[in-house]
Amino acid sequence: MSTMSMAAALNAALRNRMEADPKVLVMGLDVGKLGGVFRITDGLQKDFGEDRVIDAPLGESGIVGSAVGLAIRGYRPVCEIQFDGFVYPAFDQIVCQLAKFHNRSLGQVKMPVTIRIPYGGGIGAVEHHSESPEAYFAHTAGLKVVTCSNPSDAYWMLRQAIECDDPVIFFEPKRRYWAKGDVDTDARPAPLHKAHVVRPGRDATLVAYGPMVATALDAARAAAEDGSELEVIDLRSLSPIDTDTVVQSVTKTGRLVVVHEASVTLGMGAEIAARVQERAFYSLEAPILRVGGFDTPYPPSRIEEEWLPDVDRILDAVDRALSY
Amino acid sequence: MSLHGHVPPEPDLIQLLTPEGIRVEHPDFPLSITDDEITSLYRDLVLVRRFDAEATALQRQGELGLWASCLGQEAAQVGAGRALRSQDMSFPTYREHGVAWCQDVDPVTLLGMFRGVSLGGWNPNENNFNLYTIVLGAQTLHAVGYAMGVVRDGAVGSGEKDRDTAVLAFFGDGASSQGDVNEAFIWAAAANLPVVFYCQNNQWAISEAVERQSRVPLFQRASGFGFPGVRVDGNDVLACLAVSRQALDEARSGQGPTLIEAYTYRMGAHTTSDDPTRYRLTDELETWRLRDPIERVRAYLVREAGVGQDFFDALDAESEALAERIREACRTLTDPGPLSPFDHVYAEQTDELAAQRAGYVDYLNSFEGAGH
Ligand SMILES: Cc1ncc(C[n+]2csc(CCOP(=O)(O)OP(=O)(O)O)c2C)c(N)n1
Ligand SMILES: [Mg+2]
Repeated sequence: MSTMSMAAALNAALRNRMEADPKVLVMGLDVGKLGGVFRITDGLQKDFGEDRVIDAPLGESGIVGSAVGLAIRGYRPVCEIQFDGFVYPAFDQIVCQLAKFHNRSLGQVKMPVTIRIPYGGGIGAVEHHSESPEAYFAHTAGLKVVTCSNPSDAYWMLRQAIECDDPVIFFEPKRRYWAKGDVDTDARPAPLHKAHVVRPGRDATLVAYGPMVATALDAARAAAEDGSELEVIDLRSLSPIDTDTVVQSVTKTGRLVVVHEASVTLGMGAEIAARVQERAFYSLEAPILRVGGFDTPYPPSRIEEEWLPDVDRILDAVDRALSY
Repeated sequence: MSLHGHVPPEPDLIQLLTPEGIRVEHPDFPLSITDDEITSLYRDLVLVRRFDAEATALQRQGELGLWASCLGQEAAQVGAGRALRSQDMSFPTYREHGVAWCQDVDPVTLLGMFRGVSLGGWNPNENNFNLYTIVLGAQTLHAVGYAMGVVRDGAVGSGEKDRDTAVLAFFGDGASSQGDVNEAFIWAAAANLPVVFYCQNNQWAISEAVERQSRVPLFQRASGFGFPGVRVDGNDVLACLAVSRQALDEARSGQGPTLIEAYTYRMGAHTTSDDPTRYRLTDELETWRLRDPIERVRAYLVREAGVGQDFFDALDAESEALAERIREACRTLTDPGPLSPFDHVYAEQTDELAAQRAGYVDYLNSFEGAGH
């Protein structure tokens, strides 16, 4: 067991997989000497060489498209997209090729490609550096989409994503990169697509993932001071979704608030709400509420804190749910 | 013969003013320019550098979230910017502060997005200077579309000096690898559009050296697309001006696109968030310092044009005044209000978004003593 930041945990996971499997390659912009703009690949090129840690020519379509080709040839590429807002030049390759190749080949060609994307806001950045595009990918059949909220999950989930024979879009909450936590590299990890109840409670359920898990936990602590016990679920996997864990919780609490940074319309909250009302209709004591970004472009950084969901907005929704 | 045996020769740089400040002629790019005009270019270079340095300082003081410095690239930018006619349009990346200067965009305007109070916010059509574009290469296609409009409007090859219009599209050595840039080349060539593609090869794309992007000098790419390419000394403001003028003239007269590679150097970090000591040697910096774009003009002005100390003193004072104005103005750039994100999402606001906005107003009002 050791204490490390999420950034260090991700680096350790990459290192672990590269040591274990010579077919694992890392590619992306500035992943070599610089170690990536967030230093997640720090030191990997020095230790594994320039032919396994590849500073890609500057094009995201090229990064993902060539990863598809490498996968056809039996490799296991791990691509880094520098920031959330720069994944779109690769969108065609991800949606039309990476996601569909296994299906198109009747299962004869696997696409064990991992695409790491630092995402979300809260770091005071300029445009395109704070977005939450997860729903686009979760909407696409053939992709698996996961996101970590703490160093331990970062370590284990990235290892599992790389080991997975399907393409995995791996969202990293960049504003949590430097928060530290315990990582037990000898533990038996939970399955990749399992949600975790990270705080038990009986009055209402909060579902969050990635950067919003810490905020949801803060909200639950604040609610506890006012006498409400919130159950907090870290969804972890956005596709597939561990609906059972959510339904089980809502069956107990009768109330559900889903929190994410992404705009609410057609976000993950919409899908979760739909599933829960299908499966737990008679358990619901209140409408399912969503707390998320507004349906606007991500705003200039000086007002991002107001735009992003925070403890107050979560508690406001919880109050509304509890008042039914 | 082996197809791969052929190594294209390294091209000569088009140069009209040596690093030592000696005026030289180039047979293909004659430039008739007075010493007064050179003095004026010098003023541009100095003021752009001062503005840029002030912005870097403001970032260090926490007044800006980020700054992308153009240090070392002033000549490449001012040379191109001063070649534009008032009807021409320019499409910058995020680093063309020197071009903004030439287009009379107030430097303070540029600070908004780096301070985080706006996402750009200026009107591209006011100074014929498009909004900064952060997604690499995207603006080259916008330049192409704009040029298609120019052609449809009959503003190419009419022979009228104030009517014929060219479009200048900026991008970097790194961005030259993007699909968008290559598609822009194809479109411009296919329709023989009045676009000048202006690549500032500052040798680096964050930590990746230009060799990561290309095995041939970047300007040579143009020939494969079917239009001319040239490499110019990007630290020589006269050469940049002469070559840009020529290419823009040819575009306006209907001869089609050109690729200009301005060979220069990013003297600073990629942005204030970057640490270049992790990937490049200071030796390289020293080599390029000897090719400084401003020093050579000063040497020329002092030695060949007899410009006296008075001028330089006055310019120093002007620089300091500019820096002070920017400093003050930056600090008073106000934060947008919490409801501003809803304002310009659509030209025709939807009821749905208006309702979401109203819900947020109610929420804000639910806090005691709310005032916004
Ligand atoms: C599509 C896209 N991918 C990645 C980035 C992140 N990024 C910003 S600047 C940059 C390097 C650009 O290099 P170059 O084109 O040479 O321009 P320079 O910064 O040197 O002026 C990168 C990778 C981006 N802005 N857009
Ligand atoms: Mg560059």
